Amino acid sequence: MNAGIIYNVFVRDFRKQKKRITLTLVALGWGTISIMLLLAFGEGLQRQLTINGRGLGQDIAILWGGQTTIPFKGLGKGRRIPLRKEDVSYLEGRVAGLKHIGGEYHRWGVEVRNGDTVVSEHINGIPPNYEFMRSHIPQRGGRMINELDMQNKRRVAFLGYNLKQRVFGDTDPVGKQILLNGMPFTVVGVEIKKMQMNSYSGQDQDKCSIPATTFEAVFGDPYLDNIVYQPENVDEMKTVEKGIYEAMGAKYKFDPTDERALGIWDVAESSRQFNNVILGIKLFLGIVGGLTLLIAGVGVANIMYVSIKERTREIGIKMAVGARRSYILAQFLIEALIITFFGGFGGMAISYIMTEAFKRVPIQSDVLDFMGRPTVSLEIGVVVVSILGIMGLASGFFPALKAASVNPVESLRYE
Amino acid sequence: MIELRDVVKEYQTGAVSFKALKGVSLLIGRSEHIAIVGPSGSGKSTLMNLIGCLDVPSSGEYLLEGEAVGKMKANQLADIRNQKIGFVFQAFNLLPYATAFENVEVPLLFARTPAKLRKKRILELLARVGLADKANNKPTEMSGGEMQRVAIARALANEPEIILADEPTGNLDTASGGQIIRLFDELCAAGKTIIIITHDLNIARRAPRVVRIKDGLIESDECNNVTEAVPVEAQARQA
Repeated sequence: MNAGIIYNVFVRDFRKQKKRITLTLVALGWGTISIMLLLAFGEGLQRQLTINGRGLGQDIAILWGGQTTIPFKGLGKGRRIPLRKEDVSYLEGRVAGLKHIGGEYHRWGVEVRNGDTVVSEHINGIPPNYEFMRSHIPQRGGRMINELDMQNKRRVAFLGYNLKQRVFGDTDPVGKQILLNGMPFTVVGVEIKKMQMNSYSGQDQDKCSIPATTFEAVFGDPYLDNIVYQPENVDEMKTVEKGIYEAMGAKYKFDPTDERALGIWDVAESSRQFNNVILGIKLFLGIVGGLTLLIAGVGVANIMYVSIKERTREIGIKMAVGARRSYILAQFLIEALIITFFGGFGGMAISYIMTEAFKRVPIQSDVLDFMGRPTVSLEIGVVVVSILGIMGLASGFFPALKAASVNPVESLRYE
Repeated sequence: MIELRDVVKEYQTGAVSFKALKGVSLLIGRSEHIAIVGPSGSGKSTLMNLIGCLDVPSSGEYLLEGEAVGKMKANQLADIRNQKIGFVFQAFNLLPYATAFENVEVPLLFARTPAKLRKKRILELLARVGLADKANNKPTEMSGGEMQRVAIARALANEPEIILADEPTGNLDTASGGQIIRLFDELCAAGKTIIIITHDLNIARRAPRVVRIKDGLIESDECNNVTEAVPVEAQARQA
């Protein structure tokens, strides 16, 4: 085998067949682009859904008071079991495997005023650990409610993103005063913009949060509306749940197997179920992508195959004037490789540019907040290009092998 | 130079086998000019393919310069086609996308001729067939006679001993055909071994030796009176 011969013949023929090569390149490039974009949308959707799914908080459970349904130690059924603020420290001491726990108060229809702007909104009194449990993450330049706020019952407020937009517009509210039902509060932070896939008392972005201790002092609620907790290990969620029933049952005298005595929403469990939905969507997009890939592969294979058919006579002529089989095969292989490389990676590059450009388009829409922005993943690109490449290579190589294997008489006779 | 001993060529098409050559023995010497004639389907093209090493015999022996072609590997056959044999086909068989220059270049590329030498050689060959000014024309921009002359230039590229022509004037008008025949005459005078397969009795008459084939067997193998070929000569001169 002589590299010089192959190089000479190849370069010469490659220059001469621009139309066919361009067609093949476009087919391969287009196939790559369409799949990459399809999967990029899937990837963007998944990322956004995952982010949104964590809007409420990761690996947490929500606890409400309930009503007993089983008589216990001489007490009748139908007793109301409320949650008190002492229960938080009680549970913290009694239940093993808790990482965070905190109680929360709610109040709807509170007047929130900034100068002439007045809205009626939802106020909640929360502990500082909501930053970790409930993704109350402050934007830069502000902070969440902290321990000192709690100890000193400070009149400070942490605003949801939407509420801040409604009350303050685009100005920075940190350090400014707002009036809650006429009482002055200092804004210490604004929550980052977030989407919530699920909620139990409205979207966090519409809420105004103040320290739970301040809430008690100002509004005087006797009971907590709910408790939120996060176990050390999400796999022990059920054990922790059982511990809570036992501890609360001992304190409030109800049967720990009485499930209605307390209400628990295992958010981690529902996010596991939600993961299955995401998996389903990914699977669907994967199948659609796979089928598209197959179609693109068939397209590439078709062009390669047809071009070989057209070139059988050419192969015959070359063999008649003394080409060895290996020269012919090497030429076709190199050609297929080059087309695959430029078509495939060109397509990848174009898809990347398209998605990046789309990310930079400054459009705000709720649809995009839900759908996410298409994101190209390199791994998928490499897989797509490899599959298309192998299909193109195989469909170019095997007919060429056949054409070069029969004796030249057959190829020359080919019309 | 070329020696065929009881050569049989059998084609297998599905379950049916067909004997194109049924035992042909032929001896062709160096610098001989020979015409092979016969009706369609007589096996003359098969014979040419065998002599040209495009195909190998089913049985019998083919010795080219004393070497048995039947036992050679594909690469050896390719090298023989490249170095020792020049083909001229009825349908020209030029690469449609390449210019005259590039078509003549193909056998030189496979022979690993250095680029400089290649260029000189191609221009020489094109001048020899009278196409020095058409080097950059593609086959679609040339007449049939011109295409066939490019094909002859290509056949001569590596100075082969043997020129095999299968109906070289079959697709040409009389005038262009005449030019081609004159070129073959020149090659013959230059000492090449020329084997022409033809229907054209005018061409056949010009060859000193005519082999007639019928039904896969040699019917006759006789010498010819060269002087009979005056009409073609006259036509060629006119053209």
